[in-house]
Amino acid sequence: MPERRPNSDALLASVGREEARPRRGRLKVFFGMCPGVGKTYAMLRAAQQELLDRVDVIVGVVETHGRSETEALLVGLPVMPRKQIEHRGITLTEFDLESVLASKPRLVLVDALAHANVPGSRHRRRYQDVTELLDAGIDVFTTLNVQHLESRADAVRQISGVPVQETVPDSVIELAEQIELVDLTPVALRERLADGKVHLGDGAATAAENFFKETNLTALRELALRFVAERVDKQLRELRATGAPHAVWRSGERLLVAVGPSPFSTQLVRWTRRMAAAQAAAWMAVSVESSRQLAAEARRRLEQNLALARELGAEIVVTHDEDVAEALVRVALQHNATQIVVGKPRTPRLLNVLRGGSLVDRLLRRSGSIDIYVVPGERAAGKSTVHLEWEPPQPAPAREFIEVFAALAALSVASSFLVSYIGYLAVGLLYLLATIALSLRVGRWPVLVAGVVSALSWNFLFIPPAFTFQIAKFEDGMMFATYFAVALIAGQLTARIRDQERHERLREERAMALFHLTQALSAARSLDEGVFAALRQADAIFSGKSALLLGGLDDNALASHSASSLALSDQERGVADWVWRNRKKAGRFTDTLPSAEGFHVPLVREDTALGVFVIAVATDTMLTLAQRDLAESFAAQLALLVESEQFRAAREREKLLAESEKLHHALLDGVSHELKTPLAVLHSAAESLRQADEATRGQLIDEILTATRRLHRLVNNLLDQTRLESGALKPKPDWCDVHDLVNAAREGVGDLLAGHPLETSIPCDMPLFRADFALMEQVIANLFLNAALHTPAQTPVFFAAGVEGARQRVFFTVADRGPGLPATMRDRLFKKFQRGDAARAGGLGLGLSIISGFVAAQGGEVVAGENPGGGAVFTVYLPHAAHASVPNE
Amino acid sequence: MNTPPAKGDILVIDDEVQIRRLLRITLESAGHSVREVETGLLGLDEVARRAPDAIILDLGLPDLPGLEVLRRLREWSRVPVLVLTVLAAESDKIAALDAGADDYLTKPFGGGELLARLRAIMRRAPGGEELAAVTFGDITVDLAARIVRRHEAEVKLTPREYALLRILVVHRGRVVTHQQILREVWGPKSEENTHYLRVHMTHLRQKIEADPHQPRHLKTESGIGYRLVEEC
Repeated sequence: MPERRPNSDALLASVGREEARPRRGRLKVFFGMCPGVGKTYAMLRAAQQELLDRVDVIVGVVETHGRSETEALLVGLPVMPRKQIEHRGITLTEFDLESVLASKPRLVLVDALAHANVPGSRHRRRYQDVTELLDAGIDVFTTLNVQHLESRADAVRQISGVPVQETVPDSVIELAEQIELVDLTPVALRERLADGKVHLGDGAATAAENFFKETNLTALRELALRFVAERVDKQLRELRATGAPHAVWRSGERLLVAVGPSPFSTQLVRWTRRMAAAQAAAWMAVSVESSRQLAAEARRRLEQNLALARELGAEIVVTHDEDVAEALVRVALQHNATQIVVGKPRTPRLLNVLRGGSLVDRLLRRSGSIDIYVVPGERAAGKSTVHLEWEPPQPAPAREFIEVFAALAALSVASSFLVSYIGYLAVGLLYLLATIALSLRVGRWPVLVAGVVSALSWNFLFIPPAFTFQIAKFEDGMMFATYFAVALIAGQLTARIRDQERHERLREERAMALFHLTQALSAARSLDEGVFAALRQADAIFSGKSALLLGGLDDNALASHSASSLALSDQERGVADWVWRNRKKAGRFTDTLPSAEGFHVPLVREDTALGVFVIAVATDTMLTLAQRDLAESFAAQLALLVESEQFRAAREREKLLAESEKLHHALLDGVSHELKTPLAVLHSAAESLRQADEATRGQLIDEILTATRRLHRLVNNLLDQTRLESGALKPKPDWCDVHDLVNAAREGVGDLLAGHPLETSIPCDMPLFRADFALMEQVIANLFLNAALHTPAQTPVFFAAGVEGARQRVFFTVADRGPGLPATMRDRLFKKFQRGDAARAGGLGLGLSIISGFVAAQGGEVVAGENPGGGAVFTVYLPHAAHASVPNE
Repeated sequence: MNTPPAKGDILVIDDEVQIRRLLRITLESAGHSVREVETGLLGLDEVARRAPDAIILDLGLPDLPGLEVLRRLREWSRVPVLVLTVLAAESDKIAALDAGADDYLTKPFGGGELLARLRAIMRRAPGGEELAAVTFGDITVDLAARIVRRHEAEVKLTPREYALLRILVVHRGRVVTHQQILREVWGPKSEENTHYLRVHMTHLRQKIEADPHQPRHLKTESGIGYRLVEEC
């Protein structure tokens, strides 16, 4: 038993899988060697059995190909109508994933797992639909032929000679809880074929004839049987080894496969997958990007190859290096890979020598204890050779060639004067110097030209015999050859250094982009600020538009952040919504909803999708893998930001809650005291009234009236405060007379002001002012009451009014000769439930809060201050404009 | 006084049994006879069966909003209505007055106040004839001769001031809204010009009241209108 190294991530992932979904759907695959063995028939029979057991089963999609015995089995099974999809003017039908998800059956039948969906469907492939159904907790019955199994596709092609188009990743089959082999002997199958019981597609009879040869069928049957047997064996071994069906990876082996843009890489990936499966080892696919630009076609193929590897279960690593061997060894060491798989080199030997050996040679030199597998390539039939792998190097600008020729010409002219003094050998050194100097300024090709031209010029002009290309002396010949080699190597070396520099710069830029992002995010004082900074950076880096959608607290709506530069169409919103709910990437550059405009990445933190980050670039530009990687890093950073913001908000809410609880306590204490005191007075006074004599009766009645007035005041204050806070207060300004105001306020206060002489000072020319009379009456009455409650009996209360002409406002002042306002109270004077410490019993501390609320509602303000002769002053200011003149009679 | 206190048949429409009981005590001790009902619909039935001399109507009824009761009642009856309300907002009172109430009283209220209001609204019984002269304090208003006297000395009023005083005198004891006054004295287009009213009222008080800054007869009803109070 090899040493066991459980991968903690995978363990966590498997734990997460089990926890995240209370019930994952179960997959049952009806597996056969080729079409016509009766998989659909077997599936329908199994479904009928389920129906008998009263399972809620629905037919998602089933191809009966018009066979009556199969159709008979459909009886009694509810069938989900197929979705109509318009594509280029033709209406196509497709399995309706959305409706099935919505109707939530217990079991759904989805025929032909390998089917490629009609363009415009949610997923590109039907097996992705099935995975989503399983994720949604729905059981699935499906059918599959061995030829469509990704890892067996090559073998089938070798057997039958027919390339397989629609393959299903093995990882999907591994989801299956049960694989039922539908077996038929080749002889029986050929009989059925002869009876016309096998659907062959349109006019494919002759092609099929080849395919259904008995030898082929036998081989396919063996392949299918072996696959099922292997699977059973593997399950057994897993159970024996761990007691659990999910062993992550048990051997110490880890395979690394180098993936390039070549079509051959596809075979390499499949080979590695088989090897890894056989050794029960983890495996990874590595792509090395160099500074050379891949041609669009090659880039597309590279991505397909990587996607294949991902589907087959490989971990994908993309790295950057000029030297592929170096990079592979580095990644292998970082990830503890024990075996490196590469293809057998097909580059010309000469080129390899120039590069310092073939890839395999260089790998072998560096690999140390790592095993190297070299897998021979098999050229796929009909595929052209791998030319145009690389984007042709950017043609050097003509300016650089002109520069080269001008410099060399000038040097040649100067040297023709100098040669008689320094000799032709020294001239050669001057040429060399010039070539190397030029290589610092110009590109690879001009440098090559400079090397050749300078060598020829030297030879022609200076090496004796001059003005011929002949070289007389052997030493000169050697000098010339050495010169040539040095010039070329030096030129190429500098060019490579410059390439690497450029590449370093690119990497630096990426690192800087992330660095700036994290910096901007940590500097942001709010979520909005951080999101704004991040999205603007994303716009700049990807030269496109970006959007951030965040999930609300109620968990069922995704809202676009205001800093988004990309306006999402309804369709894009749908994509984002899918990404959010499934916590998987989707949209352009992916296999899910690839027709979308944007690349959608979920913001995932601890199994929760917080939102979706969307990047949209112009339709003719692609995002490289590295850029997509960067986009995902952006999403991860944004997720962190959003999460910390949510934490902060939660803390804030808690604090607020605690505060409001405190306030509630104060209110409850205050209100219960304030309500119960007058009630107690009323109660006992009324009881006493029964036996009271004439003299005390009057006193008791007075007490009752005082208590009711107090209650009345309290209730009014509470109602006013509620009106203020609920925003129901709508002042109705009208022309008011200040004398009316004072009188109304004084009447409102009633007896309480009796012990305090009121001294008013109102100018004769005091104009009418515009205010809500009832509110102002409350304000002044409350100020009077305040003065009465907080000052000793018999001290006067002052009222004054006037116009501040310069500032166009009227003022009303209520002053007293009481103890004044304690400095400690000043700040919270106008807050609710604040009572003066020396206040006589009574009042909730709402009076001043209501005053300031009422005044503010009318566009004015209240100011508290010190009365110069002692006591407090409250001044109410209201905006003022004189009314139009009143017509004479 | 001009008229003896009216003794009448009063219908109380209020869902609060305690308020009804208290009203009955107060009204019966003043010599009125009292009928009570709990809901607006029963109240309308009761009025249709036998018209009372006045109605005391609570605005917060369980079945119909008080305002609706008023509107239905006013479609066929002009019996005086005194509205009781717990609502302090002026707009509610104005709405009740506009819907046909003759006066209002805000809870909590005193018994004396209730009887005075009731007296005032019952004075204007349907078809009742107007008095030739009204006296309050030391002022006598001779409505027939359009002359105002204080202790026999004539008080000079402008036509507008007289018109203003007259409308208050006619409705003495009852609230008259700003809009009502503006409409009658300045014409229907002047309802917005409340400052006319304020200015003329100030002038009128200076001529009529002993202390114009603390009027005893020409009282302000905050945010609603004015009321002429005869006895203090």
